[in-house]
Amino acid sequence: MNKLSSPDELEKLRKSIIKRRDPNKPCVTICGGTGCLALRGERVITAFNQEIKRQRLETKVDVRVTGCPGFCERGPLVVIKPQNIFYQRVGEEDVPEIVSETVLKGNIIDRLLYPDPNTGKKIIYEPEVPFYEKQKRLIIGNNELIDPTTIDDYLAVGGYTALSKVLFGMSPEEVIGEVKKSGLRGRGGGGFPTGVKWETCRRAPGDTRYIICNCDEGDPGAFMDRSLMEGNPHSVVEGMIIGAYAIGGHQGYVYVRNEYPLAVRNARIAIKQAEEYGLLGKDILGSGFDFSIRINRGGGAFVCGESSALMASLEGKVGEPRAKYVHTVEKGLWDKPTNLNNVETWANIPLIINRGADWYAEIGTPRSKGTKIFSLVGKVNNTGLVEVPMGMTLREVIFDIGGGIPKGKKFKGVQTGGPSGGILPESLLDLPVDFDELTKVGSMMGSGGMIVMDEDNCVVDIAKYFISFLEGESCGKCVPCREGLKRMREILTDITEGRGEEGDIELLERLSTVLIDGSLCALGTTAPNPVLTTIRYFRDEYEAHVRDKKCPAGVCKELVTYQIIEEKCPGCGLCVKACPVEAITFMGKKKPVVLDQEKCIKCGACYDVCKLGAIAIK
Amino acid sequence: MVTLTIDGREVQAEKGAMILDVARDNNIYIPALCSHEGVTPYGACRLCLVEISQRGRERLVASCLYPVEEGLVVKTSTERVNGVRRMVVELLLARCPDSEVIQDLASELGVDKPVFRLEEGNRKCILCALCARVCQEVVGVLAISLVNRGVDRRMTTPFNKDYSEACIGCGSCAYVCPTHAITMEDIAERRLIKWPHNQMEFKLKKCKICGNYWAPEKQIEYIAKISGTSPEEYEVCPNCRE
Repeated sequence: MNKLSSPDELEKLRKSIIKRRDPNKPCVTICGGTGCLALRGERVITAFNQEIKRQRLETKVDVRVTGCPGFCERGPLVVIKPQNIFYQRVGEEDVPEIVSETVLKGNIIDRLLYPDPNTGKKIIYEPEVPFYEKQKRLIIGNNELIDPTTIDDYLAVGGYTALSKVLFGMSPEEVIGEVKKSGLRGRGGGGFPTGVKWETCRRAPGDTRYIICNCDEGDPGAFMDRSLMEGNPHSVVEGMIIGAYAIGGHQGYVYVRNEYPLAVRNARIAIKQAEEYGLLGKDILGSGFDFSIRINRGGGAFVCGESSALMASLEGKVGEPRAKYVHTVEKGLWDKPTNLNNVETWANIPLIINRGADWYAEIGTPRSKGTKIFSLVGKVNNTGLVEVPMGMTLREVIFDIGGGIPKGKKFKGVQTGGPSGGILPESLLDLPVDFDELTKVGSMMGSGGMIVMDEDNCVVDIAKYFISFLEGESCGKCVPCREGLKRMREILTDITEGRGEEGDIELLERLSTVLIDGSLCALGTTAPNPVLTTIRYFRDEYEAHVRDKKCPAGVCKELVTYQIIEEKCPGCGLCVKACPVEAITFMGKKKPVVLDQEKCIKCGACYDVCKLGAIAIK
Repeated sequence: MVTLTIDGREVQAEKGAMILDVARDNNIYIPALCSHEGVTPYGACRLCLVEISQRGRERLVASCLYPVEEGLVVKTSTERVNGVRRMVVELLLARCPDSEVIQDLASELGVDKPVFRLEEGNRKCILCALCARVCQEVVGVLAISLVNRGVDRRMTTPFNKDYSEACIGCGSCAYVCPTHAITMEDIAERRLIKWPHNQMEFKLKKCKICGNYWAPEKQIEYIAKISGTSPEEYEVCPNCRE
């Protein structure tokens, strides 16, 4: 393939790609995202390829392995086009039937349809699935339309039009003006206005400027950047080239965790293909503008998601943050002006350029524009990736899109913004989700994690978990973060193990203040959020642990006992079999079993197997 | 030159100088453990935090790293600043209960008894990395460094061995250590450097004239190598040199 050397050649190529494709030709699209692959999606992909070959349908039916559409809960996901018939939890054994019945005859296979948990109604077509209906999938929507390893697929959906528009119709200042006007704020956590960052970097003294894409997503349970990089890497690459043009940089870096092998692979393929097409490298599209991108793999330290630590790591040093009184846009990588944005921020850029800042700024709230992808996980029916306009309430996200809490349990709280986000209670469910609203209530947008908790979660235990996580990920450079988190974890452990004392809650609050005021980087300054919000919204639960030595949620082992409710127990013996330490004795049929408290290790196995509610946690 | 105010006093300073240095030049005391004039500022101990006012907003910054600017208003000892310093010292005191320097700082800041569980053993190292920084930046040999992350962080030699190939025994680490966690002792013909987790012995060079042992042989070899001078030039100690 010759390198494209003008915008016309790009458009010609695009037209020929689209022309070659028959929109009415049957196409089986299978999610090739990590979530579906983990659910044996690989076998489904192989089975489809084999079956199409076996039935000699290679020319009549296309098979496309796409990026992650987001509904991970129901994977492996298969969509049959052109009708958009939506099959979920597909196994390799279903494949011959899908090909013979649905692809060839258009018949629907009832058992593979998604049943709406609220109405029981089976949903046939993908756009009608409630999980998708309320979303606004501007960024992640293309994931399911394209094979991320095929640049032609990206071109077919309008890829690189924004780049062509920018290179041949806009000055760098105009691009920055457009991004500023759009109101886009950094999706990596800080929420800093992207256009302002670009402008500062462009104006910083010096000849060399670097462009970085931060794909070091490390929050437990968060995978939006991963899915974008895996599922639509060209959108990120295109955003970076536009940014480089606007800022005046010629070298870019993608810093991606090595634990994201598919993201590394797909980013690498995308960069190579873009280079082959003349969309990356020297003289892009014949414009005279040069820009190349290198991939650097991160070793998986959470703190390397912090921009100055990331840059240190890129330089080959230990990934430790430095004070940013002189900002990285002025002195970043190798002390040169450096503009770092996160994956999702970059992926927003082509959209803003294509549709215009005015259109973009219509979406969202007055100070948070556009959409945000959340990874909705935890105790929620529909786990997966959710893209919604800024300002949608937590309730809508968790209950309308997420389908509420499994097993009819009661909602307890939701943590937004990753491990150092706050945990928000039921009374804040109607909070519109945007940067400022979340900060006001003691949490944060972060990079978009959303972990739902139900009545069976103990907030003190949750706070302990996140503080332990952050303690383990603290780089250890500054005293408040290194020593403070350790002491916070010690106190929280004491509280959950029945050694809590009066004054512990206040000491936690004092330590929190010092972390916020005194830490060197944002890891430390945000780390107390899970503790402070749980104290603020669930103080009674802390007090129950400290004063009464009780865990109201029945989680903290040292504070609970398991008891047999004799009138409910028919002596079926299920729990006797389940108990790993023989603490429960069978007393004969129709007689309640007996639990030996001395032997009980409080593992909860009996509670889980008892169908009659005859075991109580007190 | 810029003019700024520290604790109500107007002072002049070189543009780009750090608040901590400017304060010290003007005899204004700010506690600090991890800063040293010989190495680049690091910002790890957080004791030197001061409060600055910017656009009507107060915030805390590490004075060792914050460059002065025209009209900057600095307060070195507000309630908020002292709150952080006190807690930092409480945390350090629990980590290094044996350090007299930390004990003195604690009483200076009004911390009378430890709040947290004391660490086991003779712990004096606060992980300020001054030793490693001076070894890298000033001596240029990188014989010791901090290893591991977070609470597991510690100062040690490469591969945690009792012998560091690179170490020349100069003792700069012991010299800059603010809490005396590293010690150095010359006994007759040998020098002993003790780090928190290991120790090393060095053979000292004897002066041909006075017979005093005056420097580790490895250090002399290193100096000869980097200066391109002949090892014979070091047969005599500086005191006996012409």
